[in-house]
Amino acid sequence: MRTHETGEPAGADDGADGGADDGTGAAGRPGSAGLLRLLAADRAAVAACAVLLLVALCALLGPPLFGDLAREQNLRAVKLRPFSTGEGWEFVLGSDSLGRSVLARLVVAAGTTMSVAVPAVALSLLVGSVWGMWAGFHRGWRESVSMRIADVILSFPSLLLAVVVLYVFDPGVANIVAVLAVARIPVYLRTARAESAQLRSRLFVDAARTFGTGDGALIRRHVLPIVLPTLLTVAAVDFCFVMLTESSLSFLGIGIQPPDVSWGLMVAQGRAELRNAWWTAVLPGLAIIITTVAMTQLANWARIAGDPAQRWRLTVPERRGRGRGRARAGRATAGEAPTKEQS
Amino acid sequence: MLTFLGRRILSSAIPLLVVVLGVFFLARLTGDPANLYLPLSATQEMRDAFSAKHGFDDPLPAQFAEYLSQVARLDFGESLRTAQPAAEAVLRAFPATLQLAGITMLLAVAGAVVVGSLAARRPNSPADRIAGFLSSASASTPDFWFAIMGVLVFAVTLGWLPTSGTVGSAAWVLPVATLLIRPFGVLVQVVRGAMVTALSEPYIKVARAKGAGERRVLFRHALRNAGAPTLTVAGDLAVGLVNGAVVVETIFGWPGIGKLMIDSILQRDFAVLQAAVLLTSLTIFALNILIDICYALLDPRVRQGAMA
Amino acid sequence: MNRHGTPGTSGAESTALEVRGLSVELRTPGGPVPVVRDVGFSVGAGQTLALLGESGCGKSMTAQAVAGLLDPVAEVVGGQVLLGGRDVLRLGPRERRGLAGPELAMVFQDALTALNPVHTVGSQLAEPFRIHERASRGAARERAVELMERVGIPEPGLRFRSYPHQFSGGMRQRLLIAMAVALRPSVLLADEPTTALDVTVQAQIMELLAELRRETRMALVLITHDLAVVAEQADQVAVMYSGTVVESGPVAEVFAAPRHPYTRGLLDSVPAGHARGTVLPSIEGAPPRPTAVPAGCAFRTRCPLARERCATHEPPLSATGPGRASACHYWKELADA
Repeated sequence: MRTHETGEPAGADDGADGGADDGTGAAGRPGSAGLLRLLAADRAAVAACAVLLLVALCALLGPPLFGDLAREQNLRAVKLRPFSTGEGWEFVLGSDSLGRSVLARLVVAAGTTMSVAVPAVALSLLVGSVWGMWAGFHRGWRESVSMRIADVILSFPSLLLAVVVLYVFDPGVANIVAVLAVARIPVYLRTARAESAQLRSRLFVDAARTFGTGDGALIRRHVLPIVLPTLLTVAAVDFCFVMLTESSLSFLGIGIQPPDVSWGLMVAQGRAELRNAWWTAVLPGLAIIITTVAMTQLANWARIAGDPAQRWRLTVPERRGRGRGRARAGRATAGEAPTKEQS
Repeated sequence: MLTFLGRRILSSAIPLLVVVLGVFFLARLTGDPANLYLPLSATQEMRDAFSAKHGFDDPLPAQFAEYLSQVARLDFGESLRTAQPAAEAVLRAFPATLQLAGITMLLAVAGAVVVGSLAARRPNSPADRIAGFLSSASASTPDFWFAIMGVLVFAVTLGWLPTSGTVGSAAWVLPVATLLIRPFGVLVQVVRGAMVTALSEPYIKVARAKGAGERRVLFRHALRNAGAPTLTVAGDLAVGLVNGAVVVETIFGWPGIGKLMIDSILQRDFAVLQAAVLLTSLTIFALNILIDICYALLDPRVRQGAMA
Repeated sequence: MNRHGTPGTSGAESTALEVRGLSVELRTPGGPVPVVRDVGFSVGAGQTLALLGESGCGKSMTAQAVAGLLDPVAEVVGGQVLLGGRDVLRLGPRERRGLAGPELAMVFQDALTALNPVHTVGSQLAEPFRIHERASRGAARERAVELMERVGIPEPGLRFRSYPHQFSGGMRQRLLIAMAVALRPSVLLADEPTTALDVTVQAQIMELLAELRRETRMALVLITHDLAVVAEQADQVAVMYSGTVVESGPVAEVFAAPRHPYTRGLLDSVPAGHARGTVLPSIEGAPPRPTAVPAGCAFRTRCPLARERCATHEPPLSATGPGRASACHYWKELADA
């Protein structure tokens, strides 16, 4: 036992934090099984997962399975309302002014949207994180130059950049991905730099350095594992932003071009039919919202689940007796400072 | 304070210059205006004459030097399209954008502070979860879709609001609402998060131990400490709005700077484009300085660091 | 002078604060966890009671429950907190806020985070007057400057406009104390008020607290893990272990002849009075986690006196003499030894 002189560590307190931590069982990171159990206990997060899985499934299987159907015009089945019966299952969500199945187009558009958003986010995450960790770890001029570059990219009117690039080159998927990736690099660059600059001064990094660990290995083994969860949550939120931007570009006619189809482009095409076929514009918009909301919810959940100081929030029962024992939907803390350290 | 501001001005000036420079060269990559403004049958002599007249035949660095010296004399060139001074076109469009952006940010910040603070009061309460879901839905709704739906419901079906124009307060409702949804949703989440953090600080307990009421605790003690993250995000959102709300301007026929810039590129109207970018960049530059001053006003520690 | 005499209080001093059977639970994923179990103590006006215990024994939680400042995850599930004879746990939030400051005040451990970084110390010091006495800005300011002077802040008129980060640790703690005693509360809870400070400053702060207590005849509840502080400052002591009081009584008597093996263990582990070169005794093991408190007596797993009965019967805190109580079945063996 500790001597009861003043030798006790200052700040060691028997306040709520310690107790709350006790409740979650082992502090620190739970295994993947533990995370799954936490996830299963949260209905909102489970629903979000289901939505995203469905979207991913559509994106992967949609184009090969429904590609032809989405292009097939049927002039006898023009502007069918959703849930029209008697015209076959493909018109369950109605048809557009050319008699194409809205359902098939939605599914195929999911593939296009994902084929822009996923690589764009992956690219910017990769480049921005590595660059940011490197800059934050070395400090000095490497850091300041990197930050200035980030400033420049962020203050560049991104829509203008998109228009220029897509007019100089052609508005194909690859170019849209490139524009979006470059525009979002600063987000990860800044986060990774801030976190790794903070870690650099921590004791365990010094300890590793005294063993002669090289810079690259230090970053890989000591900085990356700690920064990665934060970066992934940032990426999840940014995924939504990229998706929305792609649909805006497509809506404005400088993104995905026909005959390809994305959700944003579908809204643009449906706009002309607003008065007599509103569903052609409404449904793709709903698809965007549902996907984005699901992603945000999951990112919020992950942010809390990944933070030992906050994880208890996901499972704490209601204060009132009625809700006790029932797992609660742990909505939460978007934007909550992920840097807050609790000891 | 002055050296602090000086340093900030200097570091904010770099992006400003790079953007102006970048737009100048990038715009010229999009193609020769002669292709657009002369008939297809135009001869090479006519093209050369056109280029010479507008100075497009000089090498790019020379063109840029010429541009800079013009700007120094406050001469921003004239529009290829309308032959009017570029500055005029830009100054005509900018107030509409600025008014829209100002009203939107004011409403977004005020609304987010109220909703976010109330949600943070009891983390995970039903009110908090409802606010959380609605704000994430609000941040997730594509503005163009929202605008179309607004037109469909309120203008076409109900006939309460006009579909376009800037005259009368009714004309402002849909554009402002469209611009508002995303910043509002994002800011509610930021304010809520920052308030949850601030409310868990020991000084909140001290304030309660002094007998401070709920309103005093929330708005006097916690809110100001939650100001910095809110300010950062609000600043980024405001920058986006100053760059023009192309979607809103397109759908509602709003004569703003965003659509002007896009049109100028499509029309290779370089003088107008450059003048517009210069003006928005200067505005963003001023906005950043303003935000830095706000940080210092909010937090005495920043203020002291600035003096040192 | 005691404004709220409790009928039936014996002795020269009237009771300012009495806590009976206070229990606090933490709501956790694994169900409610009791962190404060059936805690009782009382303290008279002008007296000092020390709540002594290791980190995690529930002493801060007890103080926060008394002050009504528990975090949302913690909940009072039973007991009474009698302030001048009134049970504050039964009051509504508004009435309770009315007591916070004029009747019951609290000093916190870490003065840096306990002061709001974005407001001047002057405005924070003036707040109690603004809230409870609806004083004007000018009047509150004058009172705040007086307070700063009283707690030993040099040049209070100038420092009034300074911010917390511009003060040293000791000065910040003085400011925090000034804020707590502003309205001359009848009870002051001080939660480890000197833990974050240098040893020399610690003594000054304890001296200031003692002076203020004598001046205003307030009851002081001192939460600490420091035996030396208890010995010097307190009249009464309540020793806490694993969320409950295991021994209480006048400090001199308890320290001279402890009647609980835990108190005994604490006292034995103090270096004073041991010959150089001998091994300092310590209590084996660590306190149980609140989720895994052993059945029967919570201390039995570490207790040299433990027997079968200790595993089945939890010893209640019962009187062992005038003003003394112990929660041990075999306290007599300690008393006789």
